[in-house]
Amino acid sequence: MIELASEWTAYAGRLLGDLGAHVVLVEPPEGSHLRMRAPFENDESGPERSLWWWHYQSNKFGVTLDLRSERGRAEFSELVSTADVVLEGMTANEQTEFGVDPSALRAMHETLITVGITPFGRRTSRTDSPATDLTLLAGAGPVWSCGYDDHELPPIRGAGNQAMQTAGLQAVPALLIAVLHRFASGRGQNIDVSAHAASNVTTEAGSYEWLVARATVQRQTARHAAVSPTENVVARDVNGRPVYTGVPPRSKADLESILVWMDELGVRDQYPDTVLLELGVERGGITWQDIFGDELCMQIFASGRGALMLIASKITDREFFIGGQRRGFAVGAINAPEDVLNDPHFIERGFTAALHHDRLQRDVVYAGAPIQFSESPWLLRRHAPVLGEHNQSERVQH
Amino acid sequence: MGAALEGLRICDFSGQLAGAGATRFLAAFGAQVIRIEDPVRKGSWDILRGNSPWKDDRRGIDFGGAFNNHNVEKLGITVNMRESQGIALVEDLIRVSDVVTENFAAGVLSGWGLTFERLRELKADIIYVSNCGFGHRGPYRSFKTWGPIVQAVCGLTFTSGLPDQLPAGWGYSYMDHHGGNFMATAILAALIHRQRTGHGQWVDLGCTEAGATLLGPAILDYTVNGRPSRRDGSPDSNHSLDMAPHAIYRCEGDDEWVAIACRSDQEWASLAEVLSLAEQDLDRFRTLPLRFEQQPELDTMIEAWTRNRNKFSVQSTLLAIGIPAAAVQKPAERIDHDLGTSEWGLWPEVTHSAMGTVRVDGIGVHLSETDWAIGRGAPCLGEHTRQVLREILHKSDQEIDALEAAGVL
Repeated sequence: MIELASEWTAYAGRLLGDLGAHVVLVEPPEGSHLRMRAPFENDESGPERSLWWWHYQSNKFGVTLDLRSERGRAEFSELVSTADVVLEGMTANEQTEFGVDPSALRAMHETLITVGITPFGRRTSRTDSPATDLTLLAGAGPVWSCGYDDHELPPIRGAGNQAMQTAGLQAVPALLIAVLHRFASGRGQNIDVSAHAASNVTTEAGSYEWLVARATVQRQTARHAAVSPTENVVARDVNGRPVYTGVPPRSKADLESILVWMDELGVRDQYPDTVLLELGVERGGITWQDIFGDELCMQIFASGRGALMLIASKITDREFFIGGQRRGFAVGAINAPEDVLNDPHFIERGFTAALHHDRLQRDVVYAGAPIQFSESPWLLRRHAPVLGEHNQSERVQH
Repeated sequence: MGAALEGLRICDFSGQLAGAGATRFLAAFGAQVIRIEDPVRKGSWDILRGNSPWKDDRRGIDFGGAFNNHNVEKLGITVNMRESQGIALVEDLIRVSDVVTENFAAGVLSGWGLTFERLRELKADIIYVSNCGFGHRGPYRSFKTWGPIVQAVCGLTFTSGLPDQLPAGWGYSYMDHHGGNFMATAILAALIHRQRTGHGQWVDLGCTEAGATLLGPAILDYTVNGRPSRRDGSPDSNHSLDMAPHAIYRCEGDDEWVAIACRSDQEWASLAEVLSLAEQDLDRFRTLPLRFEQQPELDTMIEAWTRNRNKFSVQSTLLAIGIPAAAVQKPAERIDHDLGTSEWGLWPEVTHSAMGTVRVDGIGVHLSETDWAIGRGAPCLGEHTRQVLREILHKSDQEIDALEAAGVL
């Protein structure tokens, strides 16, 4: 697979490399501008120090080609003639500048699959509008649904290059379908991917409340945007860290379990609504129907939320998460990304992967497999290419 | 040429969105997805089955708007897995299927005797894809999750927000969408492996793990630089490490906003011209390090300009001079008035047996030879039970009547 380095293709190319594809990443001789994306190793910027580059370009072989020159274009054609897939995210100007036209490539190679991942796809009038992750997520729906109860605060873009990743997570299965089709038919095809379209259909109720009922969801703090407001679900643990309290208990057993947990922590008598929890136990639990139809049941339900909030405030986020889950409550710690690295569950599943970096003379720990296959394992094989690292081995002459 | 996945049969126990989203993707490309539901609880394991939104406020187990959205193009059958005859029926279906999918809590499928070993006895090259919050191995395998728990535990909730506030998190089950996309990827990658080797396999997908991989550079910032995301001033996800200005600014009207990002000093210079900045402000903010240093002042100055302007007029003014800008679009705006979605054909209309015609989510890709097609709504409960038993399992009407009478269907 040939990938022309692009901020829109990097994630899709990485996933395919993870699945075992031989991905050749093509950069200009001076190096891709993406090598200068923060954060950097030791906070010193430099083309081999970008952690963005390290993460998204792992499992790829790197070559440099000057597509502005005849010679570079000839070498690119040679590379393409050996490839099954060409992945690119060029603007129209870049297509002209580099002389790379996906439909012309396909005309030359009937079996070739070309994939273009661009902000708005190639078939709408918005093609080639300038865009970044922030502006895409703002225009496509995610930002409208994310933020705080307080609408004086701006709506929020979730971190982590999610526009590119959302496009990649629709592009990759589409490409795998094209590969299966090629097994059957011997024919390639072109895949047009729009990051804007992909994020538009990744917003759950934000879209279908409008499509089905012409209703508009409103953002709320750390919970689902909703047409009608819902109760706060975030509490602070004993150290002030946020935790997610989930849905309060309703069954008799769960209500009893909350009371036992409060006893263990010695807070049963401190809680003013303990009597409501006890009432809930006496009446054999409550159902969703009860909650929406009966004032007392609504209070019992609310007292369960209050009890979880009180419990959370007495212990650590981890004790709340594990203790709650062991008692059957769907609650969670609100972890920072680094917290999963030392979590026993992630450790037991072998989540992280280490790669040796010669320049650093040490192993670097990366996020590992998103998917665990029993027969065709996901593998992190090689770190992101240094500039021109595989010019020789990939038979590119300079 | 027919659909790309024509002839592929999936015996599908999956539901909600994290599972249903995967088989929806494959059904849209022509796979035959046979979704199995429980007749006793009327499919209510899937909380979306009868839930809001409702078209024309018509309610009932066949009227859930979200369920329809996530289950288009599938066949729906009911089988009572408490009955040995029910399990036998499903085993017959697995014998003629390529893939078995589920997103139950770990242990439910094996509780019916359908361990991976048993699945392989039924079909030697079967592909089994399980999907749950923490996967089928590890100390949290039995924990209960849905999207918000997955997002909280994997780090996605934490990293979305403003400094000195609670996490804003994601206002929907982002990881249910991507649980589905990862699951579709898993199924297809396993099919390609089977095509090449003849071997099936078990794929164990844990959505929390998958979610953590979506924060790769932040994890490297910790493992390489020792810099945790949990620190003062973090998260600050409307801002960027590479660009300034880069934020969401208030516009004219109630809860109206626009996102603006300058990718270079040149784009900043163009924006400064639009803002008609005084000479001393131009100097103050000329370079990226200067703009990072004074980001609050920079944002205040830009918002002073945006706050009395219409968000779409800001968007078009800035796009015209090459600066990335986007109105924070409300659902109606991006669905009904955005050429980027309408010209894409992003909201196909399906026909549902009970709900009538309804628009649903399309897909963010188009394939030139074997594109997706979404036209049939989600199945009503048990809508295709007779058809599937007759045509795929070769049961006679009398046999089906008897199974129905015995409470198996």
